[in-house]
Amino acid sequence: MSEAGPVTKQRNPHDPDERGHFGPYGGRFMPEALIGALDELSAEYDKARLDPAFTEEFTRLLRDYANRPSLLTEAPRFAEHAGGARIFLKREDLNHTGSHKINNVLGQALLTKRMGKKRVIAETGAGQHGVATATACALMELDCTIYMGEVDTERQALNVARMKLLGAEVIPVKTGSRTLKDAINEALRDWVTNVADTHYLLGTAAGAHPFPVMVRNFHTVIGEEARRQILEQTGRLPDAVAACVGGGSNAIGIFHGFIDDPDVRLVGFEPGGHGIASGEHGATLSEGTPGVLHGARSYLLQDDDGQTIEAYSISAGLDYPGVGPEHAWLKDTGRAEYRSVTDDEAMDAFQLLSRTEGVIPAIESAHALAGALVLGRELGPDGLIVVNLSGRGDKDMDTAAKHFGYVEES
Amino acid sequence: MSLKRLFEQVKAEDRAALIGYLPAGFPTVAESKDLLAAMVDGGCDLIEVGVPYSDPVMDGPTIQVAADTALRNGFRLRQTFDVVESVTGHGGRAVVMTYWNPVHHYGVDAFARDLAAAGGDGLITPDLVPDEAEEWLAVSETHGLDRIFLVAPSSSEERIDRTVKAASGFVYATAVMGVTGARDQVGAGAAELVRRTKAHTTLPVGVGIGVRSGEQAAEVAAFADAVIVGSAFVTAAEGGPGAVRALAEELAGGVRQKSGRATVAP
Ligand SMILES: Cc1ncc(COP(=O)(O)O)c(C=O)c1O
Repeated sequence: MSEAGPVTKQRNPHDPDERGHFGPYGGRFMPEALIGALDELSAEYDKARLDPAFTEEFTRLLRDYANRPSLLTEAPRFAEHAGGARIFLKREDLNHTGSHKINNVLGQALLTKRMGKKRVIAETGAGQHGVATATACALMELDCTIYMGEVDTERQALNVARMKLLGAEVIPVKTGSRTLKDAINEALRDWVTNVADTHYLLGTAAGAHPFPVMVRNFHTVIGEEARRQILEQTGRLPDAVAACVGGGSNAIGIFHGFIDDPDVRLVGFEPGGHGIASGEHGATLSEGTPGVLHGARSYLLQDDDGQTIEAYSISAGLDYPGVGPEHAWLKDTGRAEYRSVTDDEAMDAFQLLSRTEGVIPAIESAHALAGALVLGRELGPDGLIVVNLSGRGDKDMDTAAKHFGYVEES
Repeated sequence: MSLKRLFEQVKAEDRAALIGYLPAGFPTVAESKDLLAAMVDGGCDLIEVGVPYSDPVMDGPTIQVAADTALRNGFRLRQTFDVVESVTGHGGRAVVMTYWNPVHHYGVDAFARDLAAAGGDGLITPDLVPDEAEEWLAVSETHGLDRIFLVAPSSSEERIDRTVKAASGFVYATAVMGVTGARDQVGAGAAELVRRTKAHTTLPVGVGIGVRSGEQAAEVAAFADAVIVGSAFVTAAEGGPGAVRALAEELAGGVRQKSGRATVAP
C-alpha cells in the first residue's frame, strides 16, 4: 500500500467545519469538563495528520500488523441469489482481530501515545471494538478498561474472554438497556473523572467532534482499497456500495472511497430487528428524528419527550439508538440511502454466505449482505455491488446456533 | 433579572446562597412537589428542578436511580413546568437543570416560553456549552431567562472567559472532575476554580458536586457565592419531606457560618 490517503491531507472537501458540523449535525454537546480533552485531541490529531512520521507509522501498522490491504473477493455462488448481479466482498473480516475496528483503534492508540496518556477506555457492543482496543493496548503498553453492556457480555462471551486474555479489564454495565448505549454512558462517566491521564478510544464515527471525522479518516483506507481493487478486477466502478450501519464507522469508511463518484450509490443497512412495525429495531436513520445524544446532533430514536428509545437488534454491534452525524448529513443531502434489514433476513444471509462461499460473516455484516441480495435483484444481471464484510462471525456462533437450532436450548 | 436580585440580597446578608436540587417527578410528580416545598421551607434560596433523562452521563448512581424512578413512574416533560410552578407558588425560586436533548426536542423557544410562564428564572445546561448555544442565547433574551453554564477544573482561562461572558444569573463551578454524588470531602480544587472564575467575571459563582453536610456547606460558603447540593437531597428524599427539610435547615445554617476552612485536604 503506497499511501494512507486522507490521513495525510489537512482538509478534504467532505470535512466538517472547524467545530465539527456536517450541515446542521455533529458539534460538541458535551460537559465543559470534557471540552479541554476534546480540544487537546483535536489539536493532536490535526498535527498528526500532517506529520509524515505519524502517517508512516500508521500505514506500517496497518500493513505489517493488521494485514492490510484486505482482499476484495468475488462471491459468485452467493450472487446467484441476488438476481445475477456480481457481488464483491471487501474482506475486513481478514484483518487482525477479525473486523474493520482495528483501523481506527491503531490510529487512536498512536494518538494516545503522542498525547502522553497511559490509560485507554472504550465501549464495546459486539466486543469487536473492545478486542481491537485491548489488542492495541497490549501492543503499545497501555492500560485498558472496556465497558460492555451486561446483555452483550452474555451474547458475546467469547469476546469477553479474548479481552481478558489480552490484559484488559472488562466492566459489565448494568444500567439502562444494558447494551451499547449504556456502555458509552458509563465510559463517558469514567472519562470525565479520569480525563487527565485517560483517552476515550471511541469505536465508531459518532460522538463529539473530533471523533466523527477522525474515526472516518482512519477507516477511509477501506474505501480507497476497495475502489482500486474493483477497478483492477472488473475495470469499472460498482453501481452500489453496501454496508451495515450501527454507529456508522465501517459504512463511512467504505463510502468515502466512492463519495466523489456520483454514479456509485452508497447504501447503508440498519438493523430492522423484529421488523419496523414491531417497534423493536435500531433503524435510527430510517425511523428516527434529529436530536442530541453522546455529544453530537444527529438522528436518534427518541420518544415525544426526547427520551432515548432503547434499540433492539440480534446483532450487538448494531444495537444502538444513535448514529454518526455525517450519515445524518448524507441522508439529508441524498448522497447516501439508508434502509433496514430484519434479524431474520440478516440471519438468512449469514447462513447463505457461509454455505455458498465458505465465509462466515459477523451478524452485523450479514445485514449488509442481506441488503445486497435485495439491491442485486433491483439492479438486475448487469449490476455490480461491493459489500463491506466488516467482520467475521466466530463471535456469533452462540447466537447462530440458537437461531438455527443447532444446539438444544437449555 | 430576578437571580441578580437574589444574589444581591444574599450578599447584603454576608452569606452564601443555598441552592438545592431534586428531579421533578421523583418519586412521583405529586411527591416531588412536596419535597421541593420542604426544601423552600427549610431555607433553600433557589431550587434546581432537574429534568429526568434517559441518558444522564454527568450523574452518578444516586441521581441516575432517581431519574430512572421518575421516568418509570410516568414522568412527562411538560410536568416540569407544573413542578416549577409549584415552587414559585410556594414562595420559592426555581431554575431548571436539564440535559439538552429534551429541550431540543420540545423546541428551545417553546421550552423557554413555558418555563418563563411557570415563573422559572433560567436553565442550567450540563451538556450545552456556549459554543453550541446560539439559539438558546437568543431565546433566553426574548423570554428574560438566565443562562447558567458550567466551568470545570479542566477549563482553560480562555474557556472560562468565553463561558462567563455567555452566562447570566450565576456561574456553576463543578468542584471536582467527575459525576454527581455526595463525597466525604469537598474537592480541594474548588476554591482555586472559584478564584480563577472570579478573575473573569463579577457574576456570582456557585460550587456544586459533593456537598452533603452543614459543615461542608460552611467550608464552601467561605469562598463561593452559592453552595449547590444535589445527591444529598436525593438521598434524604427517602425520608420524605421532613428529612429533606431537616437537611435544608442544616445546610442553610452552614451557608451562614463560613467556617473559613476553605481548602480541605484532597
Ligand atoms: C463486525 C462489525 N461490523 C459493524 C459494526 C457496527 O459498527 P459501525 O457501524 O461503527 O461500523 C460492528 C460493531 O461492533 C462490528 O463488530
